[in-house]
Amino acid sequence: MLTSDQLIDMHTRMLRIRLFDTQVAAMVKRGELPGAVHTSLGQEAEVVGACMAMRSDDYMTGNHRSHGHPIGKGARLPPLMAELLGKATGVCKGKGGSMHLADFSVGSLGESGVVGSAIPIATGAALASKTLKQGRAAFCFFGDGAANQGALHESMNIASIWQLPVVYICENNQYASTTAASDAISVPRIAVRAAGYNMPGITVEDGQNPISVYEAVAQAAERARGGTGPSLVEVMTYRYSEHSEGLLHAGAYRDPDEYASWKERDPIVISRGLVQECGAATSAQLDELADAVQLEIQAAVDFALASPFPAAADAFEDLYSVELPLRDKYEDAS
Amino acid sequence: MTRMTYLAAVGQAQREAMEADARVVLIGEDVRSNLYGTAPEFVKLFGHERVLNAPISEEGFVGAAAGAAMTGLRPIVDLTYATFMYMAMDQLVNQVAKTRYMFGGQATLPVVYRASMFYRSSTAAHHSDRPYPMFMNVPGLRIIAPASPYDAKGLLRSAIDLDDPVVCFEDATLWNRKEDVPEEEYRIPLGVGRRLHEGAAATVVGISGSVAEAAKAAQALSAEGIDVDLIDPRTLVPLDEEMIFESVLRTGRLLVAEPANRTCGAASEIITRVCEHAFDGLRAAPARVTTPDIQIPFSPALEKQLYPSAASITAAVRRLIAQPD
Repeated sequence: MLTSDQLIDMHTRMLRIRLFDTQVAAMVKRGELPGAVHTSLGQEAEVVGACMAMRSDDYMTGNHRSHGHPIGKGARLPPLMAELLGKATGVCKGKGGSMHLADFSVGSLGESGVVGSAIPIATGAALASKTLKQGRAAFCFFGDGAANQGALHESMNIASIWQLPVVYICENNQYASTTAASDAISVPRIAVRAAGYNMPGITVEDGQNPISVYEAVAQAAERARGGTGPSLVEVMTYRYSEHSEGLLHAGAYRDPDEYASWKERDPIVISRGLVQECGAATSAQLDELADAVQLEIQAAVDFALASPFPAAADAFEDLYSVELPLRDKYEDAS
Repeated sequence: MTRMTYLAAVGQAQREAMEADARVVLIGEDVRSNLYGTAPEFVKLFGHERVLNAPISEEGFVGAAAGAAMTGLRPIVDLTYATFMYMAMDQLVNQVAKTRYMFGGQATLPVVYRASMFYRSSTAAHHSDRPYPMFMNVPGLRIIAPASPYDAKGLLRSAIDLDDPVVCFEDATLWNRKEDVPEEEYRIPLGVGRRLHEGAAATVVGISGSVAEAAKAAQALSAEGIDVDLIDPRTLVPLDEEMIFESVLRTGRLLVAEPANRTCGAASEIITRVCEHAFDGLRAAPARVTTPDIQIPFSPALEKQLYPSAASITAAVRRLIAQPD
C-alpha cells in the first residue's frame, strides 16, 4: 500500500503530466511548437501508477506518446519543455524533441518515435542489470499498436528464456492512430499473449485508477527483482486528444458516447478522490497543490522560452563519443 | 608469432577482450557450441552468463545488445551471415546508430556487431551479400572490414575497446587464410589504412576480400616492372583519406576494387572523395572493379565470374595506366 505521502506524490506527478500536456497542446494550437506532438492526456493514471512501482535507479523506455513517462519518473520539467521547443537547454540539447525525450539521470533511456523500437532496448537494460548484478528492473511502455510488432514478441521470448528483470507495460488506449485495437489485434486482451512466452500476463481493466495500475506493476516489479523473470501488464486506458495534436480527423473513428464515458472516469478526478478518501489532503490543499504545479509548468515554459536555440554547429556534435582515428593512443605493430 | 587463420584471429581478439574486461559479453546464435569457430572453449572460460546463445530473433537481440551497452555491458554480437542484419535493420539504424545523437550525447554504446559476408561459396542470394556500403550511409556507425588475420585480431580488439558502436564486416572467403599473428594483445587504430605494396604506377585501393586479389595482381604486375601503390583502408568509417589522397597525388591514377555491388559502393565514395579533394593530382579517370549490380546466383558456373579477381584487377590496372596523361 502507498503511504499518504506517496499518494500525494502520485497525485502531484499526475497533475504535472496533465498540466504539462495541456500547456503543450495550447502551444501547438498557437503554432509555438515545431514538429509533431502526442499528448498523454487521459493516460496519467496508467503512467504514474506504473512509475510509483519503480525505484529511482530503475530503467525505463517509452514511445512517441511519452512526455508523461520521464515526468512520471521524476525528470525536471524545464529541460523537457526546452527540448520540446528545440532549445539548447533541452534535455537532449534540441536533438530529440517531443517524440524522443530521454533523461538518463532518472533512468529514462529514451523514447522511440518508431512504434515498438525501444522494446528491445529495455530488454537489454534488464540484461545488463542481471549480468552486472545491479538489482535494477527495466520498464518498457508501449501501446496497443506496438503489440503487433515483431520486436515485442522477440523481446518477450528473449526476456523469458534469459529470465530478465523487465516489465512490459502495454498502454492499451484502444487506438493505433485511428485503427481500433479490435480491428488489428487477434485477441480481446493483449495480456493473454504473455502465455506464449511463459510469463504472467495481467490486464488492469480499471486503468484510469492509478492504484490499480500501481498494484499490478508493483507485483510484476517484485517478480522481476526476485529473479523470476519478466511480466506483461496491460493497462486499459484512453487518450483524450487525437493521435497527434492538430490532426483534423477528430471524431471520425471514435464513438462520442465512448469518448464521454471515458471522460467520466477522469484519472485526475479519481486520483484526487483517492487522496481525499484516505485523509492525506483536504480539498483546499489539493487546490493549492494544483496551483503550485501550474506554477511549475509556467516556470518550465519561461525557462524554455528564455533559453537560446542551439548554435548551428551543434548539429555536428554528439554523433560519436570518440573522435577517430586514435593514431597516438594505440600502437600499430604493422 | 603464431600461424593463425582469420577465424582464429577473430576468436583470439574476443577471448583477450573478455579476459581483460568482465563487462564484455558475447551474444549470438550458436555461440556456445562454437559453431562458426570464433568462440573456442568460451563457455568453459567465461560461463553461460557471458556467452549468450540467442534465439533466431535478430531484431530482438541486436536491440537488446544496444540497450545493454547503454547500461554498462560491452556486448559483442555475432550475427553470422551479413544478410541476417536486414532483420535487425530498425534496431541497427534507428536505435544503435541514432541513440547517442538523438538524446544529445546522454547514451554511450560500446557494442560491436560482427557479420560475415559468405560470397563465392554457392549459398545463392539469401546468404551472399556484401552489404557494408548500406551501413556506410548510416551516420553513427563505425565500420571495419579486416582483410587479413593480423588485421582481424587488431581491429576487432580496438572495436571492442571503443565506446561507440562498430560493425565488423568479416569476409568468409578469407576465413581459412593463415598468417603470422602475435600471440600477445595488440590493437590497430580504426581509421588508419595499410600499404601492402609500394609503387608509383597507380594507386590501387582494395577492400575486404578484394585486398588479397589486388595483392596477387600487384605481384603479377611487379614481375613486369609495373609497381602499384596498394592500400587497404581497413576501416571504412572513418576512412583514411589522408593515405589515399597522398598516394593519388603521387601516382596520378586510382583504381578501387571491392566485392560489394557497384552502385553507391565504397568505391563510389572513395573515387568521389578523390575527385573532390585530389582532383589536381589525377592524370586519368578513376576506375573501379566491383561486383555488378546483380543478385548472386547459386550455380558456381554463374557466380564465379561476378567478383573482382586478380585477373580483372590486373586488366583494370593495365587499362588505367594505358590512358595518356
